[in-house]
Amino acid sequence: MAGLPEHLLRRSAEARAKAEGRDVEEVLAELKGEAPPPPQESAAPAPAAADPEPAQGDTAPVEAPAPAAAASGPVRDLEAESAALGVPVSLLQRAMEGRARTEGKPIPAMASAPAAAPAAAAPAAAAAPAAAPAAPAIPEGVTTQRLLTVVKAGAIQQVKSSPQDKVSVWPHLLAIEFVALMVVTAGLIVFSVFVDAPLLEFANFNEQPNPSKAPWYFLGLQELLSYFDPQVAGVIIPTFGLIGLALIPYVDKNPAVKPSDRKLAIMIFSFFVFASAVLTTYGSFFRGPGFNFSFPWVDGIFFDF
Amino acid sequence: MANGNGRVGLRERLTQAGDHIRTSQVWSSIFRPGSPFRAGYTDSPRNRSYVIMNNVLYHLHPVKVKRHAVRLSYTLCLGGLSFFLFILLTITGIFLMFYYRPTSPQAYLDIQALATDVAFGQLVRNLHRWGAHLMVLTVFLHMARVFYHGAYKPPREFNWVVGIVLLTLTLLLSFTGYLLPWDQLALWAVTVGSNMGAYAPVVGDQVSFALIGGVQITPDTLLRWYVLHVLFLPFIIVVFMAVHFWRVRKDGGISGPL
Ligand code: HEM
Repeated sequence: MAGLPEHLLRRSAEARAKAEGRDVEEVLAELKGEAPPPPQESAAPAPAAADPEPAQGDTAPVEAPAPAAAASGPVRDLEAESAALGVPVSLLQRAMEGRARTEGKPIPAMASAPAAAPAAAAPAAAAAPAAAPAAPAIPEGVTTQRLLTVVKAGAIQQVKSSPQDKVSVWPHLLAIEFVALMVVTAGLIVFSVFVDAPLLEFANFNEQPNPSKAPWYFLGLQELLSYFDPQVAGVIIPTFGLIGLALIPYVDKNPAVKPSDRKLAIMIFSFFVFASAVLTTYGSFFRGPGFNFSFPWVDGIFFDF
Repeated sequence: MANGNGRVGLRERLTQAGDHIRTSQVWSSIFRPGSPFRAGYTDSPRNRSYVIMNNVLYHLHPVKVKRHAVRLSYTLCLGGLSFFLFILLTITGIFLMFYYRPTSPQAYLDIQALATDVAFGQLVRNLHRWGAHLMVLTVFLHMARVFYHGAYKPPREFNWVVGIVLLTLTLLLSFTGYLLPWDQLALWAVTVGSNMGAYAPVVGDQVSFALIGGVQITPDTLLRWYVLHVLFLPFIIVVFMAVHFWRVRKDGGISGPL
């Protein structure tokens, strides 16, 4: 366990202590190899220096699986199984131990001990009363890898820091949307029953009505035409208006959303909204023949939707 | 079950028939598990999720939204209404297409005939026209509400730009539709409007030539704008709406609360 950061060791000690119902400090000390592990019931003590982990509840490392043999229990020939299944002995052993642990049975003994146990495992073998200790040697020329890595929680998946107050879209949002939709439809139908869309005389290229007005959403621009050069009012202002609008998020670097923290932005935007509203109203209702100023209540309304 | 005189009552018969339909294979193949229309629907948190998740609505809505997002006072439903109006305009517009030919003078005569010869023709035309004006308004107000909430700030900058494209497309849709009745109002409003574009420096003439299909508005313009209005622009705006809605969700749902 050398080289592992302290907090990780502690975490794994805590987890193990919890699982085994033991004291955290005790497990931690054991993990660090500071204190000899306490005697285990019927299990062989783990090899002291090389691997200070207790045999019980251990995930056996590849190089030296802890000799977790129990005196009782069925006997399995891992070497033979390994040959038959093509699965390394160490993995078979780990699976066996795991299953024994979850089923609460004693770990089965292994039938054949490898002939040449590594030196490090020797004390364990000696200490084990049962006939089956020891790790299988790594066959010559075979490189093994540990597929083990330490992943910090949160590194792979971002866990939302705080749960948010959420409600189901159905029924809460859908109900509101449905009502809004019905209200607008109803309003529109009622309006359409009573107010007809305009249809004037047939299009006549030779007779321009006076005044001629663009659709209402362009009347602000048409109004500007009476003050500015057509290139300015008809092209430059609308073009730069749209580009300017699109650039707002990239120009306004202020991250605040509270109205009180973005007074300038609100003022500028409101100015333009207000100006276009005034210009549009003016162009719609206060412009008579010749696009000259007129009061709608004096000369009538020169406006069609 | 039987009532007092031993016969099966009408109400029971209807209930039985209803149950029979709702448990049929046809019915349950249409309404996926979790649908409130399916037999045995119960109101549970799980089914509330399924209503959205197992449904085409999942393209538009997540299963859950922030609590403040359902408050009417936050979005004022303006974006949603813009979208709904677009749907309404599509439906009424298809109806109008059945009776409209984009030629001169037929276009004008067809619009006239809507009022006299076509059942509900005038009503549908009114709905289409008022709906269109209303949509321009709701889109504009939607933009204003987004601005005042600062909802264009990161990560939503790009969706604001998509919104500006939608605003432009909405105006263009409305403007191209304006010509189609082919009356004095249509002809001269569009003349005034597109004359403005002709002032563009350098490309002005080309722009106006491409738009109206000549140096001045002619019946060719009518056909051109008709195609733009019923085919090209709706297609483009639907694409941008799809991007817009997708970004609303990918940017973390509705912004706020303030
Ligand atoms: C055809 C026109 C449009 C449609 C159908 C539409 C639809 C929607 C919908 C349904 C939403 C969800 C929230 C809400 O309802 O307010 C939304 C959000 C949004 N829209 Fe639009 N929109 C349109 C035009 C625009 C325009 C013109 C802008 C701005 C220039 C814009 C910018 C945004 C932004 C930034 C959001 C996110 C708001 C937030 O998170 O609070 N949209 N839009």
